[in-house]
Amino acid sequence: MKEIIKTKNLGFDYIRRNENGEVESIARAIDGVDISIEPGEFVAVLGANGSGKSTLARHLNALLKPTEGTVWINGMDTRDEGKIWEIRRTAGMVFQNPDNQIIGQVVDEDVAFGPENLGVPAEELPGRVEESLKAAGIYEFRNSSPNNLSGGQKQRVSIAGVLAMHSSCIVLDEPTAMLDPLGRNDVIRAVRALNYVENITVILITHYMEETIYADRIYVMDGGKVAFSGTPREVYSRVEDLEKLRLTVPPVVRLSKFLRDSGLHIPADILTEDGLADAIAKEYNAGT
Amino acid sequence: MKGVVLGQYYPGDSLIHSLDPRVKIVSTFVFIISLFVVDNVPGYAVTALFLVSAVALSKVPVARLIKGLSGILVLMVFTAVFNLFLTPGEVVFSFYSLQITREGIIVTVKMLVRLVFLIMGSSLMTYTTTPSALADALESLMKPLKVVKVPVHEISMMISIALRFIPILAEEADIIIKAQKARCADFDTGSVIKRAKAMIPVLVPLFVSAFRRANDLAVAMEARCYRGGDNRTRMRPLTYCARDYRAYAVDAALLLGCILTRVIL
Amino acid sequence: MLELENVSFTYDNGAGVGTRALEGVSFSVEPGEFIGLIGHTGSGKSTLLQLLIGLLKPTEGRILFEGEDIGQKGYDLKKLRSRVGMVFQYPEHQLFEETVFKDVCYGPQNIGLSQKECELRAYEALRSVGLPDECFYVSPFELSGGQKRRVAIAGILAMKPDILVLDEPTAGLDPAGKNEILDLTDELKRDRNISIILVSHCMEDVAEYADRILVMDHGRLKYDESPVVVFSHVEELEKMGLSAPAVTYIMRKLKDRGVDVRNNIITIPEAGAEIMAAFKRRHP
Repeated sequence: MKEIIKTKNLGFDYIRRNENGEVESIARAIDGVDISIEPGEFVAVLGANGSGKSTLARHLNALLKPTEGTVWINGMDTRDEGKIWEIRRTAGMVFQNPDNQIIGQVVDEDVAFGPENLGVPAEELPGRVEESLKAAGIYEFRNSSPNNLSGGQKQRVSIAGVLAMHSSCIVLDEPTAMLDPLGRNDVIRAVRALNYVENITVILITHYMEETIYADRIYVMDGGKVAFSGTPREVYSRVEDLEKLRLTVPPVVRLSKFLRDSGLHIPADILTEDGLADAIAKEYNAGT
Repeated sequence: MKGVVLGQYYPGDSLIHSLDPRVKIVSTFVFIISLFVVDNVPGYAVTALFLVSAVALSKVPVARLIKGLSGILVLMVFTAVFNLFLTPGEVVFSFYSLQITREGIIVTVKMLVRLVFLIMGSSLMTYTTTPSALADALESLMKPLKVVKVPVHEISMMISIALRFIPILAEEADIIIKAQKARCADFDTGSVIKRAKAMIPVLVPLFVSAFRRANDLAVAMEARCYRGGDNRTRMRPLTYCARDYRAYAVDAALLLGCILTRVIL
Repeated sequence: MLELENVSFTYDNGAGVGTRALEGVSFSVEPGEFIGLIGHTGSGKSTLLQLLIGLLKPTEGRILFEGEDIGQKGYDLKKLRSRVGMVFQYPEHQLFEETVFKDVCYGPQNIGLSQKECELRAYEALRSVGLPDECFYVSPFELSGGQKRRVAIAGILAMKPDILVLDEPTAGLDPAGKNEILDLTDELKRDRNISIILVSHCMEDVAEYADRILVMDHGRLKYDESPVVVFSHVEELEKMGLSAPAVTYIMRKLKDRGVDVRNNIITIPEAGAEIMAAFKRRHP
């Protein structure tokens, strides 16, 4: 199998039980999801709150097991108990709350946590930690207490923690939701660099559109299903569909749609400020 | 609330700082035992010599160590008064029905010296050792207890996590108090019962958050392949080097010296 | 209504050393205004908010509410906090009761209103934030993120404030949830003449909703101007770790490319209209 991540007809039910262990309610969180991601891809998963995107993320790390269907990580079925640690090592995870995933009291100790659990020999650890801290752009803080770091810095510590396990794939579950714009930029830049330089497969789960512009592909989720998918250009041109799913498009795309609706010939697939300015100027200076 | 510090680590690179944390725990333990072994002036002089040299080597400011004593001031005064007035013996001073005896003065001075030395000695350990190093050392020292099924690794992990989250939760409590004050909550007036009741709107969000954090952390640890202490390696394994063995030798000398002062003199 | 006169604040770190968090800040809030407050993390925003409702006391300067110094001895801070309502960033930091309805009653109860009046106000407040009736008697912990925010806002509204301060009320919400909360605050301003102070990291939001923007940087109030004026200082804002709305940048780029448009534009509809007007002028 060539894909690093593949799901087939994946479904998951959250089952709520009362005190006696009897089933009180069943809620379908994801339903019939088929995705496949190749090594080195940067894939974004977009969706409003409650669309099932976090539940999907937790399947990629075998934190949840499918109610139906199958998830393969690098060819390993996540229901195979014997492969569970290898699956978790392959697909590392970064979560939303920067505080609630750092275990160490010093940055480098925390980064070493994953490889220590994997039983990596002690003499190999400092090198791995140093490499990972550098790749995540957080090396200068290696001796700091995580409590003295900003949110964006803490998230980069967590990214370094995944890298130190030599994961080939990193799943980020709304890593920027609790950060300010500068922290958000830092994290996204670090993630893009990993994808570009280290060729690490990235699955970025978010509801910030701006963060998905550089993705190779976007899956848009709604009601536990993949509503549609495509390249950022394809996805963003469906402004109305996105709005129906409680999502919005970046300002550039909104302005370009406004102008198109007003009768200007602006291509529907422009994502950057410069691109839009060029297109408008071209149209403006034409035909005179 | 941000000032909540456990262990109040005082960063440095002195000889004492660089000792293996296990050595520091054992030394502190030996020192405390010595304090209760000695019973005469030469004996106290030996323990004082040990403490003074350790403090000097650690380069921790003496003022800081003395400041640490303020916490037990009440205990010291209480012990002093108790021993001073209630020890029977040769009366040297009397005031109405209160009597101070020669024996009372001696016992009081001894108690105070022991107490001050004990606190200074153990705070020197926490000043020169990071809390995580202490947790690691405890895990290592308690290893023999594994035989009797004491979850040594888990206890050490719990201590580490608690140490990391105490400042975070303290800060969070501060925010919650402010958020409820913004809703006109009153924490400062009324009877004890009323004030205790007023804390419910703080405690509920704090507990909910603590459970949430615990849950998040458990998931995050699982995602990072945590499966208990077996087969785990350590980036900085605790290893003894020459100076650690020398320190153990000093500990042995201290204990021996103290016993000798008791036996010979 | 609310005035700050040369307010400074220093955090006491013990032993006489302090961190200066705020330096000579002066501004006033008038009834029915929508004020945006922006500033990089650590610029003094949150210190400023805490001073506004007397959670901290100014080291220097005074804060006046309806002409009275809120720092004076015996000033009724409860009354101030019922009139200047503050919604903290995360609703999880304030929700605690068994039911949503009881939780919203907490504020009114604290200011000593009768049970009947509390319930009346709670009901009204929950209606005005648009929470569906079937949510009134469920646990606040079972609600979605957006609903929790609404309950938190209702908890403050039930005290009938004249000024509502919201500290990043949209953090963590999805785009639609975010717009709903912002529209709600705008509605409160229009329908009830409540002054709004909105702290936000999103320049598009403040540009769209605020009548006036306060910009904080290193503890100082750098600008207190209309959005158009504030966002004309693009370079200065960038130096403070802030930015202008994306459309402002696009308009500037258009101007550089020879398109005859104004560049002091901060919202998308305005930008669209201006570009269309420029095309009309060029190609009549």
